[in-house]
Amino acid sequence: MLTDLFFSFLQIGLFSIGGGYVAIPLIQQQVVDRHGWLSMAVFNDLVTIAEMTPGPIGINAATFVGVRTAGVPGAVIASLGFVLPSMVIVTLLGWLYYRYRKAQLMQSILGGLRPVVVALIASAALGIALQAVFGSLRPTLASADWLALVLMIGAFLALRLLKWHPILTMLLCGVVYTAVSLLFFPG
Amino acid sequence: MQTKNAGVSRGKTLWTLFSSMLYISTFTFGGGLVIVSLMKKKFVNELGWIPENEMLDLTAIAQTAPGPIAVNAAVLVGWRMGGFLGMLAAALGTVLPPMLVLLGLSACYELFSKNRYVALMLKGMQAGVAAVILDVVWGLSEKVIGSRSPLRIGLMIAAFIAAYFLKVNVIWLLLAAVAVGAVSALITQRRNTHAD
Repeated sequence: MLTDLFFSFLQIGLFSIGGGYVAIPLIQQQVVDRHGWLSMAVFNDLVTIAEMTPGPIGINAATFVGVRTAGVPGAVIASLGFVLPSMVIVTLLGWLYYRYRKAQLMQSILGGLRPVVVALIASAALGIALQAVFGSLRPTLASADWLALVLMIGAFLALRLLKWHPILTMLLCGVVYTAVSLLFFPG
Repeated sequence: MQTKNAGVSRGKTLWTLFSSMLYISTFTFGGGLVIVSLMKKKFVNELGWIPENEMLDLTAIAQTAPGPIAVNAAVLVGWRMGGFLGMLAAALGTVLPPMLVLLGLSACYELFSKNRYVALMLKGMQAGVAAVILDVVWGLSEKVIGSRSPLRIGLMIAAFIAAYFLKVNVIWLLLAAVAVGAVSALITQRRNTHAD
């Protein structure tokens, strides 16, 4: 059982290139279709929980599936399997980077990569902002959450101009949102 | 490499790596690039451990490699600052919070996912997360635009359109950027040899 868990999540870790949304179908394939560790309904709950809790979905899934099938050791083994391939590959890439980054060609390649990384972070930012304010990626006036919009703009200004602490700002947004919602829409 | 930390004991570096990642990972919702944004704030702006450009390079590597971006980025920063043990400390700090939260929740997940207070708190925090990542984007893109390099600004705009509107896979975008960088290096080189 532990070996099965380890190798399933090793495969998921090895092939989920490009972020969480690539990992979800891979996890489903291994955990629901192939091994039947979770039913489709519980898997959908898992995806919801993963979005509500911190951390990469792969770790969330590995822990959840692991603990349900083989207790805490299962959770540890599955998570270990999930991160092992990327740890090895990323260390190798990191080694190459630090070895050759001073080379002229490498400098030029990195000069091309950096603006693209900025664009990728910007793309993620726009998606998250729309999700926060409209609850989906398609903004309509009716679906706008004005409180979230005001909080987002306020928090942005506090971070940019007053250099507020990012995590405290995030928590404060949560507290203010909860307090205002309960105050004006009780029940 | 970094003289700033020469006097600081290795144990302290390892502890800072572990505790920073533990803290960031505990409070970060919404995908790997959010964690990377917070790591940039912590390790580049707050601690001054890593130059901004290097952090962008490490982000590119973290995205190219398989697996979760957050863990990959933590591995790279940890390895850079504290070798093998640093890598383990940073990776453990990143993985521990989601593991503990899921272990706790696996018993009572229905209660959690349907609780009204939890939902409101998360909704509000999502607005805060958006603000944090927008703040990081603002700072980074300001620097790209400030470089006044048409190639870099053009690449940034093209990559944004390709990623957000055309939904082009991240790997293709990174490979295209590598190709553009390599070609521009060859052109510069040829120009230089002609000039000689």
